[in-house]
Amino acid sequence: MPTPVDAVMLQQRAAQLGRRSIKTTSKAAALQMAVSMLDLTTLEGADTPGQVRALCARAKAPCPRDLGIDVPPVAAACVYPRLVPAAVEALEGSPVRIASVATAFPSGQSSLDLRLKETQAAVGAGAHEIDMVISRGLFLSGRQRDVVDEIRMVRAAAGDAHLKVILETGELETADNIRRGADCVLEAVASESDLGHGEVFLKTSTGKVSPAATPSSVLILLEAARAHYRSTGIRLGVKPAGGIRRSKQALHLLVMVRETLGPHWLTPALFRIGASSLLDDLVRQLIKLRSGRYASLDEVGIT
Amino acid sequence: MSDRLDIIKTCKLFIGGKSPRSESGRTIPLSDSGGRVLARIAHASRKDARDAVDAASAALGAWRDSTAYLRGQVLYRWSEMLQSRRGELVETLQATTSMRVAAARKEVDASIDRVVTMAGWCDKLDQLLGCRNPVAGPYHNHTLARARGVVAVFAPSSPALLGLVTLTAAALVPGNTLVVSVPTEAALGAVLLSEMLAVSDVPPGAVNILTGPREELLEPLGGHGAVHLVLGSGLAKGERTTLRHAAADSILRPVICLDLDEAGFHDDAQAASPWLLEGLVDFKTIWHPAAI
Amino acid sequence: MSNSGTIEWDYAPAPERIRPDISDEYGLFIDGAFVEPESGESFKTVNPATGQTIARVASAGAADVDKAVKAAKAAGGKWSRLKPTERAKFLFRIARRLQECARELAVLETMDGGKPICESRDVDLPLAAQHFFYHAGWADKLQWAFPGCTPRPRGVCGQIIPWNFPLLMAAWKIAPALACGNTVVLKPAETTPLTALHLARVFQEVDLPPGVVNILTGAGETGAAIVDHPGVKKIAFTGSTDVGRGIMHALASRDVPLTLELGGKSPNIVFADAAIDQAVEGVVSGIWFNQGHVCCAGSRLFVEESIVEPFVAALRERMGRLRVGDPLDKNTDVGAINSREQLNRIEALVACGQEEGAILHEINDDPLPKRGNWHRPCFFTGVEPSHVIAREEIFGPVLSVMTFRTPQEALRRANSTPYGLAAGVWTDKGSKVFDIAGALEAGVVWCNTYNKFDAASPFGGCKASGFGREGGRHGLRPYLNLRSSGA
Repeated sequence: MPTPVDAVMLQQRAAQLGRRSIKTTSKAAALQMAVSMLDLTTLEGADTPGQVRALCARAKAPCPRDLGIDVPPVAAACVYPRLVPAAVEALEGSPVRIASVATAFPSGQSSLDLRLKETQAAVGAGAHEIDMVISRGLFLSGRQRDVVDEIRMVRAAAGDAHLKVILETGELETADNIRRGADCVLEAVASESDLGHGEVFLKTSTGKVSPAATPSSVLILLEAARAHYRSTGIRLGVKPAGGIRRSKQALHLLVMVRETLGPHWLTPALFRIGASSLLDDLVRQLIKLRSGRYASLDEVGIT
Repeated sequence: MSDRLDIIKTCKLFIGGKSPRSESGRTIPLSDSGGRVLARIAHASRKDARDAVDAASAALGAWRDSTAYLRGQVLYRWSEMLQSRRGELVETLQATTSMRVAAARKEVDASIDRVVTMAGWCDKLDQLLGCRNPVAGPYHNHTLARARGVVAVFAPSSPALLGLVTLTAAALVPGNTLVVSVPTEAALGAVLLSEMLAVSDVPPGAVNILTGPREELLEPLGGHGAVHLVLGSGLAKGERTTLRHAAADSILRPVICLDLDEAGFHDDAQAASPWLLEGLVDFKTIWHPAAI
Repeated sequence: MSNSGTIEWDYAPAPERIRPDISDEYGLFIDGAFVEPESGESFKTVNPATGQTIARVASAGAADVDKAVKAAKAAGGKWSRLKPTERAKFLFRIARRLQECARELAVLETMDGGKPICESRDVDLPLAAQHFFYHAGWADKLQWAFPGCTPRPRGVCGQIIPWNFPLLMAAWKIAPALACGNTVVLKPAETTPLTALHLARVFQEVDLPPGVVNILTGAGETGAAIVDHPGVKKIAFTGSTDVGRGIMHALASRDVPLTLELGGKSPNIVFADAAIDQAVEGVVSGIWFNQGHVCCAGSRLFVEESIVEPFVAALRERMGRLRVGDPLDKNTDVGAINSREQLNRIEALVACGQEEGAILHEINDDPLPKRGNWHRPCFFTGVEPSHVIAREEIFGPVLSVMTFRTPQEALRRANSTPYGLAAGVWTDKGSKVFDIAGALEAGVVWCNTYNKFDAASPFGGCKASGFGREGGRHGLRPYLNLRSSGA
């Protein structure tokens, strides 16, 4: 039976959590934590190995050294499969993981066979994490069983790599659909008796469709992860992505995780934020907290 | 003098669709202006009042939950009954008051027309008094005009028939059920009404009629825990005070005293106004989110 | 995993720093000015979160009430004859000024009453301003609100309000009264007099004519003197059922229109087919909003038997995340209990629940502040419908959880109470929503939501919860004499 979601109360709760006041020491810690949970992402047709190298350098050391602010590395760099080798080279010896989108990102509109092969290729090239898209076409035509099967197959193809399942919430449109999409993921992993915490993530969006990671859609995924934890004891990861550009949004997300899933979930192993320009604002805010003045974008070493 | 002896009607109460005598066994004589005893009216007791409230409570679900269209038809059916016994009503009114025939006819006709008017209100009142409220949020919010429940009605002694008919019909419109206390002077008409109600598809117990002096009924009816509203007209100051104390003492409920004189009862703008009926309904506001 | 270290993170204290301009002493607001009471008496008002005295306020005696009623009567003629559009403009001005000084008033409300600043800021103040704005627009449209009638003001309205939403209740009462052309003598609750007095300052700032609103602080005797004053032509009361009953007795021999908004023991029904995560949120805001000091609090929870275990577990977990403490901290969810007296009552009823065999669940970890009045949010399971905690209004953060098997049983249990103020129903099935909402004996039914208020939405109860509506077109009715235009 589908789990119904009431969109208004959902939105009200999400907005309520956005009104938490995160100041001073709490804010500094949260900004650092947000950096450590970042999947620093570039997913453009124009991406080149050179540009990926620059991104990776930033991923390892998000804040220029001369500013003297201790900022942890981000959790992962997220790139297209063809650019995984460049990332492998650039991140060698660093704690930053390599995430690759696969499965005909962002639309998912190619044959299952090709999508599985692409997944295997990305893992073979050195990706630690695969960000797959579900077939929204299958989902919306009512073939949710097939969506579950495809997730299982991609999961198998990804081997030991962690899997993040992108629902593309903006295309699923309704709160009920988003929850059903998340439940497909829950169902796909239900049969894995040895599933570890954080091996599979629920992810909102590709970043190519708007709306993307709205507070409400993130809250639905958090609620789905909570339901899975309550029934199995396994912690699924959650990754909002798309449209997250400001520190305030990131803090809001951390509050939502803390108050929906609890403080245990606040680790990069279980929560990620997919973003490209967010890092600049996080660093600026850290500079502000330290120096008392707002920095220009020029000062934060953007790529 | 005729060699045939008249059959004299035994005037009884009307409770739960039946016509019992007062459990107290009491009657009270009703005389015409010349002092001749017209009838012996059942003199309702506190116990009769309790029985009547029980009957009204039991009938509430059926009457309140019936469609407004059906309630309208039932009230209209009642007006048909009134029309067919118009002559009898006029005679009764004349006999029990010192009214001239023209005046009695006028009051009877007004009473019949009042029921017709009220019948038409049944399926319109909620449209006029209820509404959708434009709240500042993603909610569908609407207010409904609904039955209050059991209404204790104290009918005036004058205008005897029109007052009784107006209060009874008005309280029935939104789906309330009634216990009506009718003063001795107006009791003969009430007995006729009860006979008509019994055959006009009003569910048994929806209207219960207690005749006789209301003095001893004020407290038991006004203070009964299952009564949701008190409606009266022509009540003396002391009676109002008693009713309000009684209403406050058990469970709180409003006491509505209609200050309508004879002309007021004849005036549709006052006595059949939606703003009079507004006091006889309860408003329920329902919120529901609207979003996907 | 290489970078899996958890960073410890909690919210730092986030105290609201704005301080309202509080006087040491407050007089009575009569005829447009703050005056010393004839009674010569005053009392102190205390911050329930700290136990500290905030200010001394005057206590109005019978002579002061007489003065205020006379001032209101004297102002009434001109005010009621004022061009309706002009009357509207005064109310619009009040709304705007309230929006401007919302932050200070929110802080004052929290200091005087103990409610969390996030609630005074996000609920009380916006709604108070909305009530003036909404009713302003009615002032020049009354004849369209009641077609066929000539609406006339009743005259001097006596209004007595409680301590749970002090400013908001003042707005609920004053705005419709003024829009309808009446003048007002209002008594705020003795434990929370300050925001009403600051509202009086707003009236001065917007040049509301003297005497149109008079604010008398004091205890029950002040209220009784207002009720008993022959110059008062309408009484509106919000508060306990007992006091409401007393007022009805006091007015029994007079034809003074009365509206009462009294207590409740509102049911909140959760069906197995509801959106459960949102239902949990609704139950939380239904009972722990404003420390449960809410007349329409969803204090009786009925959960369908098939889901009661996971539901209670989820509720428990969610309750554990409520942040109890300093009401001025922006991250506080549950503040201080309004008064020592109220705390005693809550504690006595909780003890009674335990004695009767119900099982108490509460948050145990957070230490509560040492000073002030506090009660942890809690709920009871194993509650039988006959238990005192399932019948009596607690007016605190205490929920009674019961179960049902079928919709009919849910309805029977929900309606089995002398009260009839509000009710909640949670189900994703539309036809069930309407059926249950229709059958619940309550003046307000929240379906898949709870504790929502709006100036345009009529609010009020039935049965022992009182009569009359506040808000919306229906809320105007008690403040008008309607005479048929044809008569």
